[in-house]
Amino acid sequence: MTDQKLIPEQDRKAPEAFLSVRDLRIHFDTDDGLVRSVDGVSFDLAPGKTLGIVGESGSGKSVTSLGIMGLHRSKRARISGEIWLEGEELVSADPDRVRQLRGRKMAMIFQDPLTAMHPYYTVGQQIIEAYRVHHPAASKKEAKVRAVEMLDRVGIPQPDRRVDDYPHQFSGGMRQRAMIAMALVNDPSLLIADEPTTALDVTVQAQILDLIRDLQQEFGSAVIIITHDLGVVAELADDILVMYGGKCIERGPATTLFDAPEHPYTWGLLGSMPRLDRDLQERLIPVRGTPPSLINVPSGCAFHPRCPYAELTGGRSSSELPVLVEAGPGHHAACHLPTADRHRIFADEIAPRL
Amino acid sequence: MTDTQATAAVPSKAPSADREPLLRVTDLKRHFPITKGVLRRQHGAVRAVDGISFSVLPGETLGVVGESGCGKSTMGRLVTRLDEPTGGKVEFEGTDITHLSTGRMRPLRKDIQIIFQDPYSSLNPRHTVGTIVGAPFRLQKVATEGGVKKAVQELLELCGLSPEHYNRYPHEFSGGQRQRIGIARALALRPKMIVADEPVSALDVSIQAQVVNLLDDLQKELGLTYLIIAHDLSVVRHVSDRVAVMYLGKIVEIADRDSLYAAPTHPYTVALMSAVPVPDPRRKERRERILLTGDVPSPINPPSGCRFRTRCWKAQDICASQEPPLVELRPGHQSACHFPENTGA
Repeated sequence: MTDQKLIPEQDRKAPEAFLSVRDLRIHFDTDDGLVRSVDGVSFDLAPGKTLGIVGESGSGKSVTSLGIMGLHRSKRARISGEIWLEGEELVSADPDRVRQLRGRKMAMIFQDPLTAMHPYYTVGQQIIEAYRVHHPAASKKEAKVRAVEMLDRVGIPQPDRRVDDYPHQFSGGMRQRAMIAMALVNDPSLLIADEPTTALDVTVQAQILDLIRDLQQEFGSAVIIITHDLGVVAELADDILVMYGGKCIERGPATTLFDAPEHPYTWGLLGSMPRLDRDLQERLIPVRGTPPSLINVPSGCAFHPRCPYAELTGGRSSSELPVLVEAGPGHHAACHLPTADRHRIFADEIAPRL
Repeated sequence: MTDTQATAAVPSKAPSADREPLLRVTDLKRHFPITKGVLRRQHGAVRAVDGISFSVLPGETLGVVGESGCGKSTMGRLVTRLDEPTGGKVEFEGTDITHLSTGRMRPLRKDIQIIFQDPYSSLNPRHTVGTIVGAPFRLQKVATEGGVKKAVQELLELCGLSPEHYNRYPHEFSGGQRQRIGIARALALRPKMIVADEPVSALDVSIQAQVVNLLDDLQKELGLTYLIIAHDLSVVRHVSDRVAVMYLGKIVEIADRDSLYAAPTHPYTVALMSAVPVPDPRRKERRERILLTGDVPSPINPPSGCRFRTRCWKAQDICASQEPPLVELRPGHQSACHFPENTGA
């Protein structure tokens, strides 16, 4: 790991992309051992684009997003790698500088709006605070006007009255709208949404996804959406990154990733979900076994104990770490199976069953 | 694949018309009182379940879908008699169980079991798997051949766990494995019916499929009858023979699975289906999506007439004044709407 860490040190220059994450590693020291929550994740994101990060619970997707926001400054977290946001490196930056950016340039929508908002303050007060922290010159009155305007923009009825309500007086969908208003109050150029619709009903989920899409077009911000639901990413994302065991195992444009997924784990995810847009399958095809513990990540390819094609690699999958290789234009996958074999298996065995 | 399903389904459904339903629910109601003041005088009620009727035939799976707060879980608790209905009737195998006392209900508990949503809070953390899965035998004083331990180990194997797990504690298992323990416990007394309240919603996608397949296999092997409550329309489609859609304490549509998903008639069902995100990025531009505005109204003061009218795009005057009854639009397809969709088809 040490020599991998050295390589980026040498070419430590600002990349072109708006957001660029290079070999991000976030490890936690615990009593049970070192938890490698994120273990070498890299991606780029252009302004106005949406990146979807998909994975099961414990695959490191939320930790990645919190890492970008700089919310892991505890003594236990060990962070390495680089995060470049508009030419500024964040991992090595001063925490005070990151605090200035947080909420201003990058904002976050959390999964559970009831726990993410303070129950003691009104929704308006919380939005006003978020605005005034980054606009010290603004008066309370101006900030309130801005808060009402934002609540109106996210579709809360009677925003001038609801601004004085407490979070518990809002329904789940409205709370999520209020949180989006709070995140967008400073026109951030990067918005991270961590499971923004998981706690919501389908009809409300559809409303929120539409809202995020509209607002993105209006404000032109880059969005990272983190979810376990492949349906949600398909609705929003331009590019998709699939995480497993703290690593990115597949990355590519949304359309090709759904049409021609490269990694056996992605096949498994697609095969295990029942779909309304297809004919009814006789049986779902689950991925066998359970996701790995991040303390004892399996050697080699972390997916090999669950992979039905692991034997085809001649033992490499359990001994050698697969690297991300370009399999198609802009489409990378980390798998030991030769690309031709993978395409054949997908076409013959997987695609007909999806 | 669909052909085999259809042909396989036909013989099981053909004689079903004259079979006695295993569970029959008539005009079931549960109103939770809202009290106020020192005297705890009742000044209103949450009409969680407000007059629903349906029946479940032996060996079939009825799926119940709806948004949170529509009363589907309360309904599950009522038919398993974990809660006392305010009105209506629940019959199990022809016996009226609506107001049976705890003692009289106990022998029937062998036949109706429940699988809970949260595999973490539904297993006692201080008990071993053996104690948890063996508890039904002890409570019902059921003698087993070769002892409780052997029976439990067989159950664990049936549910895809290893018999060596007998002495372990719940915290040593993952979410999917815990749900299997919950299923093993529900199966212990060979029930006739299982009520599963959101059995897979707490699990990861890849594990969800394992549990759905397990439920499928167990039904085939043991001839179980399921009442599956879930909010995920695609999971319900996969597991059910018939599907009921609930909205604010009422059933708005109940039909055979294929009929419901091919041509939903109630506007709420149509909207619900169009809201499900589809894992196909190409479809997001093409498809028409019906966006419902607002939230589900409060069940304390449900709208007059049709309860869905406040969010319905087809609502007319009649919808506010007259409650639409659940009528049969096609054979086996009932819907409660004044202006149903897809009726021409």
